[in-house]
Amino acid sequence: MKPQSYELHMLLSETPGDEMKDVIIGLEVHVQLNKLRSKLFCSCSTQYHDSEPNMCTCPVCLGLPGALPVINEKAVDSAIKVALALNCNIEEQIMFYRKNYYYPDLVKGFQISQYDYPIAMDGKISIEADGEREIRIKRVHMEEDPGRLIHVGTIDRSRYSLIDYNRSGVALLEVVTEPDLRTPKEARLFLNKLRNILEYLDVFDGSLEGSLRVDANISLAGGARAEIKNISSYKGVEKALLFETVRQKNLVRRGIRVAQETRHYDEVRGITISLRTKEEEKDYRYFPEPDLVPLRIGDRVDDIKRALPELPDAKRQRLVKQYDISDHHAKVLTSELKLANFFERVATKVDANLSATWIADVLKGELNYRGIGIDAFSPEHMIQILQMLKNDKITEKGAVQVIRTILDEGGAPPEIVKRKGLLKIEESIITRAVAEVIKENPAAVKDYHDGKNEALHFLMGQVMKKTHGRADPSMVSKLLKEKL
Amino acid sequence: MITKKDVEHIGWLARIELTEEEKEKFTKQLNSILDYFEKLDEIETDAAPMHHVFGLTNVFRDDVAKKSMSQEDALQNAPKKEKGCFKGPRIV
Ligand SMILES: [Zn+2]
Repeated sequence: MKPQSYELHMLLSETPGDEMKDVIIGLEVHVQLNKLRSKLFCSCSTQYHDSEPNMCTCPVCLGLPGALPVINEKAVDSAIKVALALNCNIEEQIMFYRKNYYYPDLVKGFQISQYDYPIAMDGKISIEADGEREIRIKRVHMEEDPGRLIHVGTIDRSRYSLIDYNRSGVALLEVVTEPDLRTPKEARLFLNKLRNILEYLDVFDGSLEGSLRVDANISLAGGARAEIKNISSYKGVEKALLFETVRQKNLVRRGIRVAQETRHYDEVRGITISLRTKEEEKDYRYFPEPDLVPLRIGDRVDDIKRALPELPDAKRQRLVKQYDISDHHAKVLTSELKLANFFERVATKVDANLSATWIADVLKGELNYRGIGIDAFSPEHMIQILQMLKNDKITEKGAVQVIRTILDEGGAPPEIVKRKGLLKIEESIITRAVAEVIKENPAAVKDYHDGKNEALHFLMGQVMKKTHGRADPSMVSKLLKEKL
Repeated sequence: MITKKDVEHIGWLARIELTEEEKEKFTKQLNSILDYFEKLDEIETDAAPMHHVFGLTNVFRDDVAKKSMSQEDALQNAPKKEKGCFKGPRIV
């Protein structure tokens, strides 16, 4: 863990642990539609993460003179999918606008974005904070991603920046909430839910670096609001908002007015810094993008709606109903589409409740502990483990050990059970086998009583056979001698 | 009416440094341009707002990735470059 910066330490140390009822937060979330193959307005690849800087560009996304944008049809359909999943009203006709500002990450001196006639408005999603909370979505619009600035040093100290335009022109979706969030934690829950929905829709891979960026507006009731720009991680959002809440409260307590301003979140130091920008909305001089024609999308909506996959909330309800598992387990299992699919695969083969417990409580915990995803584990292995558990072949402790071994060393359950000697030797099973063997072999029993030692070896062999070699020989010998 | 202060702000938005004479000159010029545009207000019109001159809609492209330019070509016009990147001033 990183040590706290001095600034953060001082700020937090003078803060009483007061409630945050009067905090008002709204988010502008930018997500890359990174499941698309090509960028929003040109055919450059979106798979730039492993390539050198400036290897995925063309005249369009470099803003060279004469280059003309043509919109990616699938990007529009993906945006409609998201808007529907966020319960928005889809506009009949949408348009693109030029948002003018001068910044090195923007090749043309403007960003193609939306202003009037965005793709959708007035949606809502529910999050589970302290009880269910409905968060209203103000609007959803499409725009192009700017390039990536590599500041040499921190943002307020570097002398120059290096610019990589591989990202320039990748399709972004901006989801704007109403100021309905009340705590930094709710902001995090909202982002998790949004990511969950986007991944169910198969339009977004949140594990890719830079796939999500957030601007957060935050104010105390009655005070001016600060806009924190460009927070680029899920954890960063909660931390930045927490810092900002504390900062604003301390100002108020000292009788200082909170200024309306734009601030930057410094991820390394965990603090927000004033950016002293002079730009206001009117300075962006939005006007319709003359190189793109309006899109009439109204008649596409019904088909897209029919093809929408089952979304997290619906899946959670169905799992509870269909498999009779607890709502808590269903919630954990549906928090990730892959995890839900994994569960359903296993639950068709072994007891659903056993599956839910072992996947949601045990396996998920082991995965989280190692910081890896469900892809690292095969459902077939889980089925084998749970079947062995159910058939009393291994103990719960043994099952956990098999899971850990697979994650840490690899291998398959039967082989691991053998190698690590995890087979469960229950005395009752051996006792039962001993009783059966004695009953089935009266001649050998008689020989034993007549003092023939080979008879004991024969009887032991019969017990081992019945227990498929899983019984401990000394235990078998001891039990046999007792019963004979 | 555009003031000298507006011109200074517009200059800042475009990251252009203006001399005092230029500020005076552009203030006058911009006002005369706006006066000229005001002539449009004299036309009586009840036409619906036009979104695009062609009247075209729904011009799309398939989501297919094609070959991009080489890094060398991309950086060809860059006045300053470093480590495969364009090098620019810090602007905050
Ligand atoms: Zn391109």
